[in-house]
Amino acid sequence: MNIKQIDKIRSDKKALIDVRRVVREQGEKLAKQTGCRKQVLVCGGTGCTSSHSMKVIEQLEKSIKELKLDDVLIVKTGCFGLCSLGPIMIVYPEGAFYAQMTPEHAKTVAETHLVKGGHIVKELLYQGTVAEDGSIIPFAETPFYKKQMRIALRNCGVIAPEDIEEAIAAGDYAALEKVLTSMTPDDVINEVMASGLRGRGGAGFPTGRKWSFAKASQGDIKYVVCNADEGDPGAFMDRSVLEGDPHCVLEAMAIAGYAIGARQGYIYVRAEYPVAVHRLQIAIKQAREYGLLGKNILDLGFDFDIEIRLGAGAFVCGEETALLTSIEGHRGEPRPRPPFPATKGLFGKPTIINNVETWANINPIIVNGAAWFARIGTRTSAGTKVFALGGKITNVGLVEVPMGTTLREIVEEIGGGIPGGKKFKAAQTGGPSGGCIPAECIDTPIDYDSLIAIGSMMGSGGMIILDEDDCMVDISKFYLEFTADESCGKCTPCRIGTKRLLQLLTKITEGKGEPEDLVKIEELASHMKQSSLCALGQSAPNPILSTLRYFRQEYVDHIESKHCEAGVCKALLTYSIDPEKCRGCTLCARNCPTHAITGKVREAHVIDKDICIKCGLCLANCKFGAVVRS
Amino acid sequence: MNKCNGALGSPEQQAKLKAVIEESRSTPGCLMHILQEAQSIYGYLPLPVQKTIAEGLNISLSEVYGVATFYSQFSLKPKGKYKISVCLGTACYVKGSDKILEEVQKELGIKVGECTPDGLFSIDSCRCVGACGLAPVMMINEDVHGRLKPEMVKGILDSYRREEQ
Repeated sequence: MNIKQIDKIRSDKKALIDVRRVVREQGEKLAKQTGCRKQVLVCGGTGCTSSHSMKVIEQLEKSIKELKLDDVLIVKTGCFGLCSLGPIMIVYPEGAFYAQMTPEHAKTVAETHLVKGGHIVKELLYQGTVAEDGSIIPFAETPFYKKQMRIALRNCGVIAPEDIEEAIAAGDYAALEKVLTSMTPDDVINEVMASGLRGRGGAGFPTGRKWSFAKASQGDIKYVVCNADEGDPGAFMDRSVLEGDPHCVLEAMAIAGYAIGARQGYIYVRAEYPVAVHRLQIAIKQAREYGLLGKNILDLGFDFDIEIRLGAGAFVCGEETALLTSIEGHRGEPRPRPPFPATKGLFGKPTIINNVETWANINPIIVNGAAWFARIGTRTSAGTKVFALGGKITNVGLVEVPMGTTLREIVEEIGGGIPGGKKFKAAQTGGPSGGCIPAECIDTPIDYDSLIAIGSMMGSGGMIILDEDDCMVDISKFYLEFTADESCGKCTPCRIGTKRLLQLLTKITEGKGEPEDLVKIEELASHMKQSSLCALGQSAPNPILSTLRYFRQEYVDHIESKHCEAGVCKALLTYSIDPEKCRGCTLCARNCPTHAITGKVREAHVIDKDICIKCGLCLANCKFGAVVRS
Repeated sequence: MNKCNGALGSPEQQAKLKAVIEESRSTPGCLMHILQEAQSIYGYLPLPVQKTIAEGLNISLSEVYGVATFYSQFSLKPKGKYKISVCLGTACYVKGSDKILEEVQKELGIKVGECTPDGLFSIDSCRCVGACGLAPVMMINEDVHGRLKPEMVKGILDSYRREEQ
């Protein structure tokens, strides 16, 4: 297709998409132009499909057929963000936000709300959108959404990702048109450079500079690569973008291809993301059919095509040189840099490699201009950042906030605080390469540099909230188990260092720690940081170093007093029964798997510490608070 | 030779494998793709399959073996009919997924990476399936089981056992 045809699709379908973006009154007016009285958007992201949103869609389709509601459109979208309340369904033009849907709920909504003259079923709404007086608050005004700013996620939860026409109508490929018709390759690079965009994969290298290096490299064959090997356990930002708006990544890669003179792109995506892979395949196929990928794009004489390569589960492949080695079909081991990929990358050719979220920012930068983007965020970190918020937090989900937002705003306002009245202890960012931000730093504005200053790092965007029940030594051990397992073994400092660190931590959590272990840990950590080949080994000690910095006393308690304050490290716990509180109900004794508890009915019971395996079932079962863990 | 053919599976499986090798061999970096396809044909990557791939691509068996053992997705051992994968991503871990894994191992009497003697279940751990809102989660084949507690494990496994009867 040529530009005229694409523009026609955009203008034809624009109102349909706009209904999902404007406030209610305008939406109702717009809805009349579209021929769709109601639009029902159901989340088809991995989070919601795991809680069976597909069954909700099936039921909706069935009900709509039975009720003969021809003017109701069902749209399967990507992630809305509030994953803990899934499956989520939004009905437009009202913007009614239904949460935790079941097929029965869907039937009720169809019969009560979607029918002509119907009304919203308040009981099934996300209760955060129902005010005390019963009026309905737009979901964009709720604490979870209010402080968010969606740039990378602009189309996630708005469009049907498997329909390229919706993507086009929502603005995808407008930047590619602009670039191919009115900008030179240098203009594009200058624009990206001026925007201040930094790589969202973790290290924060300026994207525009990376592109300019690749452009300056000599060679007639160059490559553009998308790093979608999201390996940080507990992070799912990139997956959500690929599931919700795959076209924005394809478009951005084509733009980069134009800027540096590449004609081939590769997306390296985890095979563990079947939904994302499937939608990418559909998107690439459709983009080729619409003349937006392949030969002679938009009849403007530019060729660019993209292939998918599946990763096979190796964390180190998130490192750029390891990823390239893996695409080449080998063990995904990193290579020494320099040469950097921009001069010698995939198959030895100049290559730029950016992560998914970085790509997702390119379209708005080109369309709205670098100055617009640079104004968002902080002085050194422009734009927004997507975080996958998880762990001990009420609103588990996907959030996108301007850089400079404080951790307190994310935890207390957007995240809705810690469930169960527990106390915030720390936020872990950057996964196995990052560190913990303690409560005393909760007002730190989050950007690349401030996080490094407090001993953590941005990482790709995983943010796990920990509460008073989490032991920091145990958390460090958890990450070291991960890095020791994932170390590729190529360089000695990482291969042996991660193993030794893990041994030392295990020793401490088992109550066998000695005071000099902390000195050994710190010494080894500094060697690893200086001499490991790639970022995996260089940053593997970070979880220990940052917890040592802020929670040193916990390590000392484990070593000197053989005490785990959080009650996590089993070897350091003892269970006993307070004879004053015990009523002799026998419940604990009946539940004890090793018969370690003895006592007569209505008399205080006793735990035999030699038999006890510290499973904690007695504590969980006691109704009188008589079981004491110390 | 006969033994090798036995482990190479049925003639259909062999033909499929040969076709995959033939189709992809000219693509640069095709080894990973072929291994992925081979694993979906056989369920795992026994040595004879690796040998066939090495011969087909004219590379050494050690290279194929090196790649097959590098990535956690590839398995050199057969898996159960129901592949259990307990998520040990951070979000699940802080919500107690280690206890879920312990319970699954106890209930089935096998360890991570092993398969029950009847071939019904195998256990693996994985890093984040992306359903963090439902933490802790485990997957059994394509089904996601979320908001788990150790005491729920037996009931869930029983429902798969019942399907077999």
